[in-house]
Amino acid sequence: MSPRAASRLETLGFTQVYDYAAGKADWGSFGLPIEGRRPSATRVGAYIRTDFPACGPDDRMADVRERVRSAGWDTCLVTDRHGVVLGLLGRTALTAEDDVSVAEAMTLGPRTVRPSFELDKAVERMRNQNLTSLPVTRSDGVLVGVLEREAAEQALEDSSGLRSEL
Amino acid sequence: MPTAIDRDQVRQLLAGDAQLVEVLPKEDYEDEHLPGAINIPLKTLDAETANALQPDRPVIVYCYDYQ
Repeated sequence: MSPRAASRLETLGFTQVYDYAAGKADWGSFGLPIEGRRPSATRVGAYIRTDFPACGPDDRMADVRERVRSAGWDTCLVTDRHGVVLGLLGRTALTAEDDVSVAEAMTLGPRTVRPSFELDKAVERMRNQNLTSLPVTRSDGVLVGVLEREAAEQALEDSSGLRSEL
Repeated sequence: MPTAIDRDQVRQLLAGDAQLVEVLPKEDYEDEHLPGAINIPLKTLDAETANALQPDRPVIVYCYDYQ
């Protein structure tokens, strides 16, 4: 649609016309601010934790386990050198033997959401799939952080409380 | 021919004096839009509605995605 609009503007005499064809889907997927009736505060991106542990597929389980637990977590995301999510080490996987590589122990391709995904839908997904958290990635697959179910539910509760007070 | 740009180029142009136009229908625009964007739906884009824009400044148009 935007290429047609850009072309029409040129026909109307505009000489500096640019087409951002990736549009607001791309913009929102990178966690950039959105305005309107469904602004950024209603999106996953506003509630992401970025201190989540990540490791590489070639790391050794013994090292990863120690790092994850000392950081106070019980799961870890596996990313490549560009930060693209490859897999997840859940609670059970983290108990794998010391000489096993992360690539051998991880669960492949965990489901992710974008920062622009609506918070209420993310909570619904976590409830339906009995998940305690969801990895959040950009449209190019790079890890942004993690949405924790407890924090997301609290945020939804707070926002519904605010609405009822108005 | 219009120049295709990416997200970083949008931000660079907006740091200057570019004008940003969402060409989706009004309802979509009201739900969500990029900060500072005005709305001129494609179906209404003609010489009259384009008067909301200054022809001597860059204009960036966008919709939802590549569709």
